[in-house]
Amino acid sequence: MTIDFLGISLQSYSWQTVLGSSISGVFLGSIYALVALGLTLIYGVLHIINFAHGSLLMLAMYAVFFLWNILGIDPYLAMFIVVPGGFLFGYALQRTVIGKAGHGKDEITLLVMLGVSIVMENTALFFFTATDRSVRVPYDLDGFDLGVTYVVYPEIAALLGSLLITLVLWFFMSYTDTGKAIRAVSKERQGARLVGINVEHIFAVSFGIGTACVAAAAALLVPTYAVHPQIGYLFVLIAFTVVVLGGMGSFVGALAGGLIIGVTEQLGRLYLGESLGLITISVIFIIVLLFRPTGLFGSKSS
Amino acid sequence: MLEVNAVCKKFGGLNAVSATSLVVPKGKIVSLIGPNGAGKTTLFALISGFLKPDSGRVYFDGKDITNERPHSICRQGLVRTFQVVQPFANLSVKENIAVGAHTRLAKRADALAKATEVARLVGMEKMLKQSAGSLTIAGRKCLELARALSTEPKLLLLDEVMAGLNATEIQEIVKIINGIRDSGVTIFLIEHVMQAVMSLSDYTYVLNQGVIIADGEPREVTSNPAVIEAYLGHGAAERIAAIRTVSSRKETADA
Amino acid sequence: MSNRVRLIGWCTFLVMLSLIPLFITSGRWIDFLEMTMFVAVLGQGWNILGGYGGQYSFGNALFFGTGAYIQALLQFKFGLSPWFSLWFALAGTALVGAMVGYLSFRYGLRGSYFALITLAFAEAFHVLSRSLTAITEGGHGVQLTLNQNPDQAISTFQFNFAGEFLKAYGFYYTIFSIMLIAFCAVWLMERSRFGAQLVAVRENEDSAEALGINTFRVKMGAICFSASITAMAGVYYTQKFLFIEPGIAYGPAKSVEALFAPIVGGLGTVIGPLLGSFFIHGVGEITKEMIGHVLGNRPGVDLILFGVILVLVLAFLPRGLAGLVEDLWKRIFRGRNA
Repeated sequence: MTIDFLGISLQSYSWQTVLGSSISGVFLGSIYALVALGLTLIYGVLHIINFAHGSLLMLAMYAVFFLWNILGIDPYLAMFIVVPGGFLFGYALQRTVIGKAGHGKDEITLLVMLGVSIVMENTALFFFTATDRSVRVPYDLDGFDLGVTYVVYPEIAALLGSLLITLVLWFFMSYTDTGKAIRAVSKERQGARLVGINVEHIFAVSFGIGTACVAAAAALLVPTYAVHPQIGYLFVLIAFTVVVLGGMGSFVGALAGGLIIGVTEQLGRLYLGESLGLITISVIFIIVLLFRPTGLFGSKSS
Repeated sequence: MLEVNAVCKKFGGLNAVSATSLVVPKGKIVSLIGPNGAGKTTLFALISGFLKPDSGRVYFDGKDITNERPHSICRQGLVRTFQVVQPFANLSVKENIAVGAHTRLAKRADALAKATEVARLVGMEKMLKQSAGSLTIAGRKCLELARALSTEPKLLLLDEVMAGLNATEIQEIVKIINGIRDSGVTIFLIEHVMQAVMSLSDYTYVLNQGVIIADGEPREVTSNPAVIEAYLGHGAAERIAAIRTVSSRKETADA
Repeated sequence: MSNRVRLIGWCTFLVMLSLIPLFITSGRWIDFLEMTMFVAVLGQGWNILGGYGGQYSFGNALFFGTGAYIQALLQFKFGLSPWFSLWFALAGTALVGAMVGYLSFRYGLRGSYFALITLAFAEAFHVLSRSLTAITEGGHGVQLTLNQNPDQAISTFQFNFAGEFLKAYGFYYTIFSIMLIAFCAVWLMERSRFGAQLVAVRENEDSAEALGINTFRVKMGAICFSASITAMAGVYYTQKFLFIEPGIAYGPAKSVEALFAPIVGGLGTVIGPLLGSFFIHGVGEITKEMIGHVLGNRPGVDLILFGVILVLVLAFLPRGLAGLVEDLWKRIFRGRNA
């Protein structure tokens, strides 16, 4: 059955197709969750929305690509290089540029991050040009046949990778001294300062960890997605939607939100087509922002 | 002029304000005192429309204003100042006051003229061009008062307008407030500075933990044992009475 | 700097701008000035809500694109005269502004959340304009037919075949007039009660509310005004290039361009967007001249530079170039009087 509306066709599909789409949505969603994890951590601690997040993802993806292209390193192994590299880059960026230029004021920091992301995107555009870059690994088309859909190894790796990293992050935040310091700063900035925590350092560490998460996500994404300078912009809106849906500052929220968005996007693509499917994200985003800005798991913070 | 009728407000499990009723008669200066955390600012917020009461009603000049928004309440003549002063930092003193003046005046030139006039009333006529962000705490408090005045209020809610001022500044502002009352404005103020409360107010309400525990002339209220206990703790009233008896016995003995 | 001095400076500058075509014949310079003024209008639109109102929109492409599309579609589909359709473009875009404003302000969105929602709306319209092909011609974009009849040049607002002067300078004067109108409107706003209230809302919403300002209405007014001015830039774009498509209309480029100029030039000032636009495009041109040979004319150089300037201005010049000029003026004149 097909309905036509203003040039869009709506069809009904078999439950197998829908299930298949949903499953691939789960895998996609796990990567979104990983990207969102970094964003929610940064928001939770610095109380600002990192507008440079998408550009950081894009740069990390290029790093993984070039490590493969020039040095022949497999993307999954490249994770061991880009994740620490991402941490250092994020730390330096926050400590030197964002922290300083932002003057501690939220509105200005917002604009600084936008400026930084523009510089990063266009530097990439300048040096790498707009052509798509793809990584081809020998196993990227191998996988399992689940009947309703075919799941490739990179997708499984993405899901497992995301879960693993979330676990590691949770452990870090709960049991290490730095993790506790981060939680202290996110709850009560001045109080943390008074007990001797170097707040600027913690800000930078949090930003660094956020970037490291993004770098991990990049390594997991590259086998399936082609890289180009605009890809950051695409992921930014998705990442924000996930974080807003899941709740700012909540790890569980980032995971749940990521999975929900992943599935919704795939189903949206199925029913509304490639391009219109993306509107589901904007719509969810707007609705959540208006009616439940704290998201599913978020706490009320000003 | 103002009648608050059994107003209640809860925040989570905390009863910030419980069944509070009070009256502020026209043309008088009434004060609201009580220890910190008693709920005084919350009450002001409820009266001026910044918070909605869970139950109870607020009447201003005979009209029920309970669920109206602050800006419409202001237009009807009830204006509040804030305990933590919030000037329009990047604007000059004159521009700050003019914002209030615009409530009644549509033309820019009129509002600016009115601003100059009001500034003179509070003694800020020399600071008109200064940026509000560069003022001292006394200056900011004065500015807050001036801004509220320029809206031509009938009732002024002043929230700790003297906090942070030194003795001279307090004397100045007491004079100004008396002047405002003389010009026909009713004043309801929250204050901790007792000398001001005594010298200014015609009537006082005491709020403790969201409940009015006493009201009356300032002098009676401050010697009320319940009030003393609210500020100084349980048993304080007796202790003070005991000391007074001892010292008065000593005086009669020495005499 | 006294108001009279400012006014004289302004008028002189504008008179100069209006006479430039008499002295400059290089097409490249005319193009440069046209583009600078175009971005100045785009920036002034953003400035109303962002600079004066303190609400930063990251999705002003929404207003630009809607203005451009309405202007294009009414001519394309119904053969309306551009002089007629432009009013619909302005009104329609103001309505879109009202919708976004209503949703955002009614639900109390501020700061980053407001920026995000404007981004989401721009992206949503981007997707819609690409998909609702029946209305917008989708990815093909809308191509307006070139009218080669010189007698119809003014009525169809197309100057390419209208004789030497109009061909060279027609659009220059168009964007100059639009800029004058937009800037005058903002200048008047600054001196009005609405302007004073808008700025109060920016500085402190609670205090503004306590002083009798209906903050919701003021913000709504600001976003509609901002939308209309931005739509004017969209209308100009459609007429000049006779082509609009989803990426140009609703892509992030215009949203970003809209905020560069006022931030660099000076938020909340009338001249800010023009100063800012001149500065960044001027620096861009000079850089391209100097480095262009070495690095080749690859895309992205401009924006890298703009991004760096933005961050530097935010770090060191919080009041932008306009603030810098004020400070220098004060120093020079205080020096003289001392």
